[in-house]
Parts: sequence; structure tokens; C-alpha cells
Amino acid sequence: MLEHYISLATKAIFIENILLAYFLGMCSFLAISKRVDTSIGLGLAVTFVLTITAPANWAIHHFFLEKGALSWAGLPDVDLSYLNFIVFISVIAAMVQLVEMILDRFSQKLYHNLGIFLPLIAVNCSILGGSLFLVERDYTFMESTVFGFGSGLGWFLAIASMASIRYKLRYSHVPVHLKGLGITMLLTGLLSMAFMAFSGIDL
Amino acid sequence: MALLDKKSRQVIKDPLMNNNPITLQVLGICSALAVTVKMDTALVMSAAVVFVLTMSNTILSLLRSFIPSRVRIIVMLAVIASLVILTDQVLRAYMYDMSKQLSVFVGLIITNCIVMGRAEAFATQNPPGKAFFDGLGNALGYGLILVGVSAFREILGSGSLLGFSVVPQWLYGMGYENNGLMVLSPGAFIILGLIIWVQRSLGKIEES
Repeated sequence: MLEHYISLATKAIFIENILLAYFLGMCSFLAISKRVDTSIGLGLAVTFVLTITAPANWAIHHFFLEKGALSWAGLPDVDLSYLNFIVFISVIAAMVQLVEMILDRFSQKLYHNLGIFLPLIAVNCSILGGSLFLVERDYTFMESTVFGFGSGLGWFLAIASMASIRYKLRYSHVPVHLKGLGITMLLTGLLSMAFMAFSGIDL
Repeated sequence: MALLDKKSRQVIKDPLMNNNPITLQVLGICSALAVTVKMDTALVMSAAVVFVLTMSNTILSLLRSFIPSRVRIIVMLAVIASLVILTDQVLRAYMYDMSKQLSVFVGLIITNCIVMGRAEAFATQNPPGKAFFDGLGNALGYGLILVGVSAFREILGSGSLLGFSVVPQWLYGMGYENNGLMVLSPGAFIILGLIIWVQRSLGKIEES
């Protein structure tokens, strides 16, 4: 059983990296990866929020929205799954707000480091994407937690390595019109190619 | 184009080339790349974005004086999410195979930065007519890049366009092969990077 989870996590982190294979969370990736320290902060925040929202949204989908999910309330024929999008995005926004409040109360240090990134995360595609994927792939509760954590970690890895590459890039002569977004896209392509090498791993 | 006065034309034309949301404002790349393996998915996705963006811009612009600014993000998300649900249900009802192929990416229009960005930057400050054209222009600019990337990826990756094969047989006979990398995700990044390069060189735009 443990092997199954390890294999799922490896898949989410390396082989099907949420950023490099599914292009999710690109906006903040491109905007933030200019600096290494902020990238690490945002990466940690994304991992944290994904690990919490994935199981939360799983529970909401499973107990309220899925077809037949409301049978515990005596309504076995109700199918609310079309409400998925709007409910998920509200849960994510609420969760982010909650995390912000809890951090503010219990860990001032972490709050100061992650605080400014938390509002950004509510509209990060990778968070909503993670929740939508776990519905589409029919994950169980444990599987969605592992998947959420793995995807977050994968995103963290990608943005941290990109920030380091861009840091080095300051000292190289990039063609004028390629500077900024253009070269970042090409580099992301190369990084994504490098991550594809993991697809040989079979656990 | 005599239907439109000069100002609306400018509002539409500007985001198509000079101020394209993807290549210059770096918005909405999230869902832009995943659906570009084939051109037909890119076209449907663009149509979905055109619908959501024009409608959300118009609705939010109509409501702009009623929304208290403290809760505006929630209101925007609610309006956008409802429009996306509508689009998703229509796709499921009339184009089931397409909706299966687009999978989660229709839902991700909600968090597409273009939609939120235009709502925040334009629709909340301008009258509905202008907001409508701004939405249309930005969505078309987005669609243009999407279709462009997908055209390259489909021709180079599978040798076809919209499902019809365009690379002649004699070329394969001479040893030409489809570039499998284009179908995979790195292809999308590299093609988009090159498109950005070309467009910025043409427009003489530099990033500091």
C-alpha cells in the first residue's frame, strides 16, 4: 500500500510535474521566478495550500456534490457535480484566508515570510487544477492528499530551479528582444525536457 | 468595420498585436499551452475564452457601481465561475468528445489571469460597451496566439492540420519524420518562446 503512495508522489513530483507537464500555475511562475528567495517562499506556500485544499475539496466533492453523494441526507438522486468549479474556488479562497489567519495567530515568522504570497495563491491555476484532477482521476482521500502534496512539491522544485537559472542568466548576453519572457519560456522548455527524463522511472 | 467607431476599433485591435495579453502582458499562459497539441482543441478553447471574457467584462462593467470594492474579488470570481460552468455544460451537452479532451482546462478558465486581470483593470472602470470590446479584443489576442502555437505543433508534431494531413507523402519518402517532441510539453514552451521573440523583434519591444 505504501508503495502505491510513493509511486503516486513520485509521479506527481517528477514525471507529471504540474507545472512542466500540465502548464499549471504559469502566471505566478513567470512573474515570481526573478528572485530565488521569493520563489522559495511562494513554492512553500503553494505546497502548503495544495496539501490542505486537495483533501478538503475531495471531501466536499465526495460528500456533497458527486452524483448520489447526498444519499446520507435522503436525496440519492441529486447530482450537484456541475457546481464543482464554483464550490472549489470558494473553498480555495476560504482556505487561503484561514491559513493566513492561523499563521498570523500562531507563527509570526512564517506569516511574515509567506504572508504576501497567500493572496496570490487563491488564483494560482495549480491549486484549482489539482482539485479538478483529483475529481477526474477518481482518487481516494489518501491518494488526493499525497497527490496534492506531491504536486505542490513538484511546483516548488520547478520554480526554485527556474529562479536559480534566471539568477545565473543575469551575467549572460541574451538577444535584446528575447530578454525576459522569451528566454524564460525557452528555458522552461529545456527544464521540462529534463524532467521528461524521469518518465523512465517505473515504481 | 464601418460598424464601429475609431475608438472601439482601437480597443479591439490593440490587444491583438501591440499589447497582446499572452506575449506582452504575460497573462493567461496557464491554460494557453495545454490545449495546443491539436488545432481543433485550441479553436474550441479560444471560443470558450471569447465567450467568458466578453460576458464577464460586460456583466462586471454593468455592476461596477453596485459592487463594494472590499468584496469585489469574490463577486468577480462568482460571475466568472458561473460563466465557466455555463460553458462547460454547453460543451458537455453538444461536444462531448471535445469536452473530454479539454478535460480540466475549461474549468481553469476561472483562474485564467486574463479574465481576472481585465475585470480588475478595465471592466470596473469603464462603461459596458467599451468593456465588451476590450474583452473581445483581449480574448481574440489570446486566441490568436493559441491557434498559432497549435498550428506549429500540429504541423511539425503530427504532420496534419485540423486532422487533415498536410505534409506530402513524398517528403516522408525522402526520410522526413514528424517531430515527436512537438507533441510533448517542451514543444509548447519552445514554440511560444520563439513566437514571443519574433513578435517582440517585429514590434521593437524590449523588456527591462
